[in-house]
Amino acid sequence: MITGIIALMIAILTFIALFAQMLIDGMPRLSWDFFTSFPSRRPESAGILSAWVGTTLVMLVTAVSAVPLGVGAGVYLEEYAPKNLFTEIIEINVTNLAGVPSIIYGLLALGLFVYQLGFGQSILAAGLALALLILPVVIVATREAIRSIPIAIREGAYALGATKWQTVSDHLLPYSSAGILTGIIIGLARAIGETAPIITIGALTFIAFLPPSPITDEFPYISFEWLTAPFTVMPIQMFNWVSRPEEAFQLNAAAAGLVLVVMTLTMNGLAIYLRYRMRKNIKW
Amino acid sequence: MPKELPSKKTHVGRLGYSYRRNLHERFIESILFLSALLSVVIMLAIVVMLVKESVVFFQHVSIWEFLTDTQWTPLFDDAHYGILPLVAGTVVSSVVALLVALPLGTIIAIYLSEFAPFAVREVAKPFLELLGGIPTVVYGYFALLFVTPLLQIIFPELPGFSLLSAGLVMGIMIIPYVSSMTEDAMRAVPMQLREGSYAMGATRFQTAIRVVTPAAFSGIAAAYILGISRAVGETMVVAIAAGMQPNLTWNPMEPAATITAYIVQVSLGDLPHGSVGYQTIFAAGLTLLLITLVFNIIGHLLRKRYREIY
Repeated sequence: MITGIIALMIAILTFIALFAQMLIDGMPRLSWDFFTSFPSRRPESAGILSAWVGTTLVMLVTAVSAVPLGVGAGVYLEEYAPKNLFTEIIEINVTNLAGVPSIIYGLLALGLFVYQLGFGQSILAAGLALALLILPVVIVATREAIRSIPIAIREGAYALGATKWQTVSDHLLPYSSAGILTGIIIGLARAIGETAPIITIGALTFIAFLPPSPITDEFPYISFEWLTAPFTVMPIQMFNWVSRPEEAFQLNAAAAGLVLVVMTLTMNGLAIYLRYRMRKNIKW
Repeated sequence: MPKELPSKKTHVGRLGYSYRRNLHERFIESILFLSALLSVVIMLAIVVMLVKESVVFFQHVSIWEFLTDTQWTPLFDDAHYGILPLVAGTVVSSVVALLVALPLGTIIAIYLSEFAPFAVREVAKPFLELLGGIPTVVYGYFALLFVTPLLQIIFPELPGFSLLSAGLVMGIMIIPYVSSMTEDAMRAVPMQLREGSYAMGATRFQTAIRVVTPAAFSGIAAAYILGISRAVGETMVVAIAAGMQPNLTWNPMEPAATITAYIVQVSLGDLPHGSVGYQTIFAAGLTLLLITLVFNIIGHLLRKRYREIY
């Protein structure tokens, strides 16, 4: 009993130490300029502008590709899949994919996206690599959310003459949307902090420019040029600063880490809150 | 008089068979099937990509040399391609991490599942989950700039990079995974077993250790194995805090590179596509994948078994 509390305390204290260390080191560096400056050779004027813009764009690619594929796969496995060997292979495979180290996804992206498909070391390649990485998270969350809907809902829909897809799109997906959203947020929070796969595809660490803007003045007003642009992301920028010997850069690393941790904690917290509310409110 | 057969026409009403409606359903089903199939395609793509580049690598370097040479210096003029130093680094850092994560994770799980009041559990579980969501690069920073200096107070001879501090932090990082899975396994043990134990006059502690823990054994083992495969595949903490020099050592107080750290080191440099150096990271990746795959399969089998018991 007491050892249990002590063990829990060790975990909590570590977390507090981690947070305090970053707060003490990083807080003085956090200012408006830090968010609006490019990285620089002079630590005191360096900032994370290109990093957070890069993170936002990469996450956009990740979300756009992982969400439909993950939800689709989850719906198929839960509602459509026949019980046979092939379905079982897919299921085992999803479990296995979740256990593959993230750096392996980086190697896949390096070989496949960067060289084979010729995307280069671009936002597109990074976004897709992270999408593959979080696909199992989205699939599992979708399945669990759909599974918790009582069978009576489906039978009601079929009794009124709905087809399978009408049942799924009009009933199952709306009712499970909070659960699916929770999974998507947890997946994206993981993707935001992932460093290894992005290093592996060879993302540059010193980027002092922004990718081309997605919105242009001329027709058709939307440009996809940014997809192929070189980029940096928050965790890469932090890694770059951590590995410098000068102490001033390590203060920058602390500040970047602080921003990163606040981002992931907010997303995870949101997911936990959503799940908590869901458990409280939904009574079938 | 022959009974009038229902012609196809009578079915074309709103609820009847509709060719277009059926086609629409089939179309959607096949799209959903394709997205489910994608997971298999990804797995195949990973294996094909790693094997393809490794085959080219093994034409250059014999498998025997790869497995037995005690030096890993593929980027030097005097190139040696022995995976052993990287495997040793991976094993040492993982062992240190597991020595932290498995006992602490188990104790936390036993406490939360069997002893903790409801309120503590409701707070501690989401908290541990948050802890598990912190980016690994942040843990790496913490290992290098907080834990290493702290350890140097206790062991003054500890170098700035060491497997010890990387492993310790990795262990803390893995605690949430181990504790949450272990707790799930313990809570899946039916209440009757505990009640039976109490009825025999056992204390709470005796029940937790002698009844619930053995009953949840395969679930706990699966949690441990997932913890192991996580430690083996962890990248950023070791890349930042353990140094990136391949070093055949079993001493956690020394700096060394793991398989993952080596891949990071090469990726940071500027290796031309198709060179032997480029292929080494795929051979290293294949080694890593095989190690984690073995653990994942054992974990899967164990989980399957414990699901069938109750």
